[in-house]
Amino acid sequence: MCAKQVTKKPAGQVETTGHEWDGIEELNNPMPRWWVWTFYATIVWAIGYTIAYPAWPLINGATPGVLGASTRADVDAEIKRFDDANAGIKAQLVAAPLASIPADQTLMAYAEPAGGAVFRTYCAQCHGSGAAGVEGKGYPSLLDDDWLWGGTIEDIHLTITHGIRNTTDPDARYSEMPKFGADGLLEPAQIDAVVEHVLAISGQEHDAALAAEGATVYADNCAACHGDAGAGDRAQGAPNLTDAIWLYGGSREKVKETVTYARFGVMPAWAGRLTEDEIRSVAAYVHSRGGGE
Amino acid sequence: MAFLDKHKAIETHATLLMVLSLLVVTIGGIVQIVPLFYLENTIEDVEGVRPYTPLELAGRDIYIREGCYVCHSQMIRPMRDEVERYGHYSLAAESQYDHPFQWGSKRTGPDLARVGGRYSDAWHVDHLTDPQSVVPESVMPKYGYLLNREIDGRYIRDIMGTHRIVGVPYDDAMLENAVADFTAQADPNSDYSGLQERYAKANVSNFDGQPQLTEMDALIAYLQVLGTMVDFSTFTPDASR
Repeated sequence: MCAKQVTKKPAGQVETTGHEWDGIEELNNPMPRWWVWTFYATIVWAIGYTIAYPAWPLINGATPGVLGASTRADVDAEIKRFDDANAGIKAQLVAAPLASIPADQTLMAYAEPAGGAVFRTYCAQCHGSGAAGVEGKGYPSLLDDDWLWGGTIEDIHLTITHGIRNTTDPDARYSEMPKFGADGLLEPAQIDAVVEHVLAISGQEHDAALAAEGATVYADNCAACHGDAGAGDRAQGAPNLTDAIWLYGGSREKVKETVTYARFGVMPAWAGRLTEDEIRSVAAYVHSRGGGE
Repeated sequence: MAFLDKHKAIETHATLLMVLSLLVVTIGGIVQIVPLFYLENTIEDVEGVRPYTPLELAGRDIYIREGCYVCHSQMIRPMRDEVERYGHYSLAAESQYDHPFQWGSKRTGPDLARVGGRYSDAWHVDHLTDPQSVVPESVMPKYGYLLNREIDGRYIRDIMGTHRIVGVPYDDAMLENAVADFTAQADPNSDYSGLQERYAKANVSNFDGQPQLTEMDALIAYLQVLGTMVDFSTFTPDASR
């Protein structure tokens, strides 16, 4: 490929390093001129760089650099740029009465994608990336119209803001089901009976005689929260027991487990972590999934 | 240049070359490392950062043992996408009591620097036992056996003592009450006032939902404190750092 012969100076004309092995000597040719000047240029560049950017350690701090570079300032400016771009619509979203948001197409055009982004970041781990929840594990589906604490956008907004049964927010929604079995509030026979009653009112196969017996136990112990007919009470987050939607499973074994040990589903409060416009966006997003009231 | 020609003397003298090389590397090292020990702006003084409670410290050791750091970082960089997803960028002070720090270098899973308080304890149990049951897209392995491994904190005082040697400000009262604090944190029915006096805002909960104290309790106690010590509603970081 290369026809040009590399010219070599004879050993006698160039100074050697003095190294010699078996008659082979090491020549001490100077570095190529371009290399030497590039090297000097990098030194000059490095000095300029340490003046322009934070570098030299002094007594209490390092030199800040004449360009004022700061990654913290950069990220703040970057975030502010996007906040400013959306400032108008965010202000509108925060100022609007909550109930008017779902019908307001201008606000929803922003709130739905923005709320979707918030949902996929913070909510999807429990409620699923499609908001369908995890059946039988206590993470409710947000797609249906079966709401524990209410399905209006105000209710959803309150739930997201303060959370449920957490220890960090004093305004969190709170209720506690007694551990009827574990704390000895009901006899095992009474639990078996009331479980049959729950199976009966939810339209499942059951032992009619036992269920009739359980109706009394239900009226005395459960009706205060779940209602006389078992339709639940949203003020206390007591689920409806008459439908086919179950938070922790509706089989005989699962209902018995629930009555015996109770359930205590916790949702974190998002007020400190998300801004008001983000909470409103994600409330509007959840409300628009299909079950919003 | 006559001065530069002198290098021949060094290069032809192996011992001298070695000594002078060591000298150069030492100076370079001192210039880079020593300022970090005294410069005020390498670690800013941040209110709220406290040493880990005994249970959290045990959880942290389990985190290290299981290699969580291989897939999860604990370092939110100051970039918009990370701040939007994970929360406020990490501060050096937030890992000042970490020996070794858990910044990690690779994210197969998400960053965990601010995972504390983001999910309920029950979610952590579900997720660690069978990650795919709550996050079907996940590739995380299962850690359900942590629920069966009981712990009693018998070595925790020694571990805290070791951390004290390397600069974590555990005081004598903390060491004396190590085992008591260890069990109190996982038992909401215990008297945990001493624990919360020694460790501000310590989160007391039956983390794993079981009566016995297990490695699951410890790991969740650790995960729930991550990134929660600094109150960013009152703290404004200095933009020049």
